[in-house]
Amino acid sequence: MEPFRVHTGLMVPLDRANVDTDAIIPKQFLKSIKRTGFGENAFDEWRYMDHGEPGVDNSKRALNPNFALNQPRYKGATILLARKNFGCGSSREHAPWALQQFGFRAIIAPSFADIFYNNCFKNGLLPIVLSELQVDHLFNVVMATSGLRLTIDLERQLVEVPGGEVYQFEVDDSRKQSLLNGWDEIGLTLRHVDKIRAYEQSRAIREPWIFPEQRG
Amino acid sequence: MPESVPGNAVAYNPAMRSSPQSTPQLPPQARPRTLYDKLWDAHVVHTESDGTALIYIDRHLVHEVTSPQAFEGLEINGRKPWRLKSILATSDHNVPTVGRHEGISDAVSRLQVETLDKNIKKFGVGDYFGMNDSRQGIVHVIGPEQGATLPGMTVVCGDSHTSTHGAFAALAFGIGTSEVEHVMATQCLVAKKSKSLLIRVEGKVGGGRRWQPTAKDIVLAIIGKIGTAGGTGYAIEFAGSAIRALSMEGRMTVCNMAIEAGARAGMVAVDDKTIDYLRGRPYAPPAAQFDQASAHWRSLHSDEGAVFDRVVELDATNVMPQVTWGTSPEMVAGIAANVPDPAKETDPVKREAMERALQYMGIDPGTPISQIKIDKVFIGSCTNSRIEDLRAAAGVLRGRHIASNITLAMVVPGSGLVKRQAEAEGLDKVFLAAGFEWRDPGCSMCLGMNDDRLSPGERCASTSNRNFEGRQGAGGRTHLVSPEMAAAAAIAGRFADVRDIL
Ligand code: SF4
Repeated sequence: MEPFRVHTGLMVPLDRANVDTDAIIPKQFLKSIKRTGFGENAFDEWRYMDHGEPGVDNSKRALNPNFALNQPRYKGATILLARKNFGCGSSREHAPWALQQFGFRAIIAPSFADIFYNNCFKNGLLPIVLSELQVDHLFNVVMATSGLRLTIDLERQLVEVPGGEVYQFEVDDSRKQSLLNGWDEIGLTLRHVDKIRAYEQSRAIREPWIFPEQRG
Repeated sequence: MPESVPGNAVAYNPAMRSSPQSTPQLPPQARPRTLYDKLWDAHVVHTESDGTALIYIDRHLVHEVTSPQAFEGLEINGRKPWRLKSILATSDHNVPTVGRHEGISDAVSRLQVETLDKNIKKFGVGDYFGMNDSRQGIVHVIGPEQGATLPGMTVVCGDSHTSTHGAFAALAFGIGTSEVEHVMATQCLVAKKSKSLLIRVEGKVGGGRRWQPTAKDIVLAIIGKIGTAGGTGYAIEFAGSAIRALSMEGRMTVCNMAIEAGARAGMVAVDDKTIDYLRGRPYAPPAAQFDQASAHWRSLHSDEGAVFDRVVELDATNVMPQVTWGTSPEMVAGIAANVPDPAKETDPVKREAMERALQYMGIDPGTPISQIKIDKVFIGSCTNSRIEDLRAAAGVLRGRHIASNITLAMVVPGSGLVKRQAEAEGLDKVFLAAGFEWRDPGCSMCLGMNDDRLSPGERCASTSNRNFEGRQGAGGRTHLVSPEMAAAAAIAGRFADVRDIL
């Protein structure tokens, strides 16, 4: 996983609450058995004028000019500014894959759905929770200032608006360290192999029916 | 992997492996605990200083959509599944619901199902109900049906509706594909304990009235009350007399939609119904172990005096048959109500969401819900496709016929066994006589990954769980209802109060 330390990038506003994972990556693209290739279909139904399907050449499709991500001033954006409950709905990791492959490194919102929030960290994508007021303020600033580039410093847990506010955000220490270092979480867990085995042994005594394979 | 570790002690720092903080703390037995506390405590393998824990996973349900990249990850890294017997797999999302013996015509869908078939063989998973197995069905229907979901278990699946299994006092929640791979490789997950939310639903159930709210009406009313983010960050326990009065099927319907209230997990304490349901099921403990198991299961309830972070109460007596009118499950009202007017909403973000939803749904503010005409009816999904749901719908349809404006009404049983049971009871005849199609099991039009979809602008009364834009097909308009309300809508051709029909 690509580490995340300090990132400076253009921010694009997506002014809708409850953006669900069906909207982030529609179901027809979940049929892929790969982990890549989702970026072109991020927000497919909002981003294009027509209906998208896997295997279609997206460069030939007409873009919806009203959708923020398509506006020239936000081209190349790497930070997504969103409203509350972002990423609600299904557990599909294709949603953070699509956002990350589109080019996003961070998402700022007043709240995220739990599973989506969790999935982001596995993919080098940093979800940042700021207060409703702070997010409101950022919406005003980004609409008023073209080319607004924020700096996000994960080590210090700060979001910096150039020549303006600096916001502190919360993040679990273990998630932070994994992201800062780009660690492979499975490898980290496998350091506890002995503990997992010991747990299984004691559990099999208390609740043997959980382990039918041990039945004689 | 890090070669060296940073100076400040952090999670998964290998230097911490033998440090005192990393010893799992003994559960403080003296303090009254919630059901969630008990389930959590019983699965902690390791705790980090920031409270992040490694928790053990007992049951891993697998389906074709969220597993291919996980199997691929295992293979790339030369890892094997930790405990094959924890896995129960099926193909459900992409499978056709008609003409299944002819195979899947859509090449992309077919490849996904075939990929699961291959991975099952390659990794040696023994418990797989493939597309043509008589036990195949929606993963959240077959787990409980087989007795593979047991009280006291942790149950995960790469699917958000895994909360369904919490009806059995299991800690069950959806995970992403990276976590699917993590569980396969380590039998554990890295997790942080959620806050606890008690939703108590009281109400004289039955009390002399003919109609009583179904599980679906209750859970939609809960979501209407607390909102789709109301449960975010919480594990919900559903309790109270109205929940106790529900069958296991009904409790599954309620827990299924915990995720629609934002909560990853929903659960219900064990009682006689839980234990009676499980006895004799293929994957349940055998007779010789069953009494020992059920004695343990009976301890799976919140203790007297256990403290929850938040409590919400709902009086079931006042819950009417529910119908969603918008594009989020919280946009819901009783059948006798009118669609609300965004102009009267003071919160600007909410107002805009309502306006956008009504525009998408093609409904004017103030329209009586009972005047909304529909085109299609879908009875199915992991929310409402169990035998009891089919009985309820058939009870309304018996001797009646769908309205002439209905272009398609379909029943998609949750599993092959549900289908067979329904046929043994003659329910298929009732549906067919009423003008419904009787299909093979799968997710079907709940999300339309197979050919069962809405066309743009089509309006559907659906017993599923999500009414998001495009959920049942691009441009399709979904109204969530109970099975009996779906049946009533089919007969009337518009939403109708099932209480007037029964
Ligand atoms: S029935 Fe619908 S909600 Fe349930 S698992 Fe299938 S697609 Fe998901």
